[in-house]
Amino acid sequence: MPDKVRIRITVNGTRHDLLTEPRTLLADLLRGDLALPGTHLGCEQGVCGACTVLVDDVATRSCLVFAAQLDGSSVRTVESLAGADGTLHPIQQAFTQEHGLQCGFCTPGMLMGACELLERVPEPDREDVEEALGGNLCRCTGYQNIVRSVCAAGRLMADEKTEQSGVRA
Amino acid sequence: MKPAPFEYAAPRDLDEALDVLAEHGDDARVLAGGQSLVRMMNARQVSPAVVVDINRVRGLDALGVTNDNGSSTLSLGATVRQRTSELSGDVAAHAPLLAEAGAHVAHAPVRARGTVVGSVAFADPSAELPAALLALDGLVKIRSRAAERTVAADDFFTGPFRTALAADEMVVGVEVPVTAGRSGSAFVELTRRQGDLPVCGAAAVVGLGDDGRVAQARVALCGAHQRPVRVPAVESAVVGADEPSPFTEAAARAADGLDPVPSCHGSADFRRHLARVLTARALSTAFARATSPKETTHA
Repeated sequence: MPDKVRIRITVNGTRHDLLTEPRTLLADLLRGDLALPGTHLGCEQGVCGACTVLVDDVATRSCLVFAAQLDGSSVRTVESLAGADGTLHPIQQAFTQEHGLQCGFCTPGMLMGACELLERVPEPDREDVEEALGGNLCRCTGYQNIVRSVCAAGRLMADEKTEQSGVRA
Repeated sequence: MKPAPFEYAAPRDLDEALDVLAEHGDDARVLAGGQSLVRMMNARQVSPAVVVDINRVRGLDALGVTNDNGSSTLSLGATVRQRTSELSGDVAAHAPLLAEAGAHVAHAPVRARGTVVGSVAFADPSAELPAALLALDGLVKIRSRAAERTVAADDFFTGPFRTALAADEMVVGVEVPVTAGRSGSAFVELTRRQGDLPVCGAAAVVGLGDDGRVAQARVALCGAHQRPVRVPAVESAVVGADEPSPFTEAAARAADGLDPVPSCHGSADFRRHLARVLTARALSTAFARATSPKETTHA
């Protein structure tokens, strides 16, 4: 058996110093070693997008990256979105309000893809969402509600920002 | 865990990476973006004994224009991401075809990791970037521990997923000559769904002479042959044209001599048909962009 590889990786703000087999995929490291099963594995060949997480703020297929490649990287998964008290992130609120999910299997990938988009483009239009999430498959919703959810999340987050600055003023 | 066990090497410089390839040859695979390799390893279509991760190799992520003896070259190193190329000002200015073709590759999260050179080295006969490199008269820079060589893209692609690369060699970059003068380019393709590999695609570059006539044209196809392929019969037939109507007649010869790989996505005949139709479209769009200076900047 080949030597294990040492990686130092930050996941959802927590630093880990781990020994892992070179063949461990990031998705399996997250779900197995780190007990974060929110990241879902669908096709395991980069097609479905369910396993999308953010690696150094970039939406990435966690089934197509070896954990060994990510020494020194910072990863965010769907578990990073809600507050410690269970308060939903505005993206999650929007998905709830706009019926952006049914069975929920693809949702972690949708949320993380949306998260990257909203950090880049605070108030995305339909086309921005289609471009960002075009590679994420959903067998339930027919996609329309997902697009609506992400656009609504942008508005929610903008409103929150205005409120916060209003309080400060 | 899906892939078979392997030794992982993450060298910091190129010589170390080449040492591993020299030692292990065919048993080693180079990992850049990994968007094809890891997928194939997950399915155990390939099970390399050694994986050489080149992402930490210094200098391979360089993208830029170099001037040498009066001629300029746009070069992209082996770890330049497809997304980086797609959004690069240098690529937009000097090889907009590469950006246009690149935007058709899979989806943003895949392009954020996948590399331009990786797609070239993988040599999928249906893939967009190898065809774009062919139409741009691109060069493939190759290194081994013992030697360094540069191969024209047309000589690099030898068959489906086959290239001129030897087991101890690695593609360290691609180069595209930067040309002055009025020119335009276009990439068009037919896919079943956005982000899929195309059934067929056509890349065209048209250069105009001082008289406004086509002085030179290059056309390359993907999905139309055993490998990405240039169509010289069409290229020579459009020289001298001063308006787009001759393109359709010239493009009728686009499929001559081609041997498309049939699949559930398109029979050989359908692919030949697409080769003709898409060649005409790519040429017309490239010509329009060459004649309209406004369009060339974001062509």
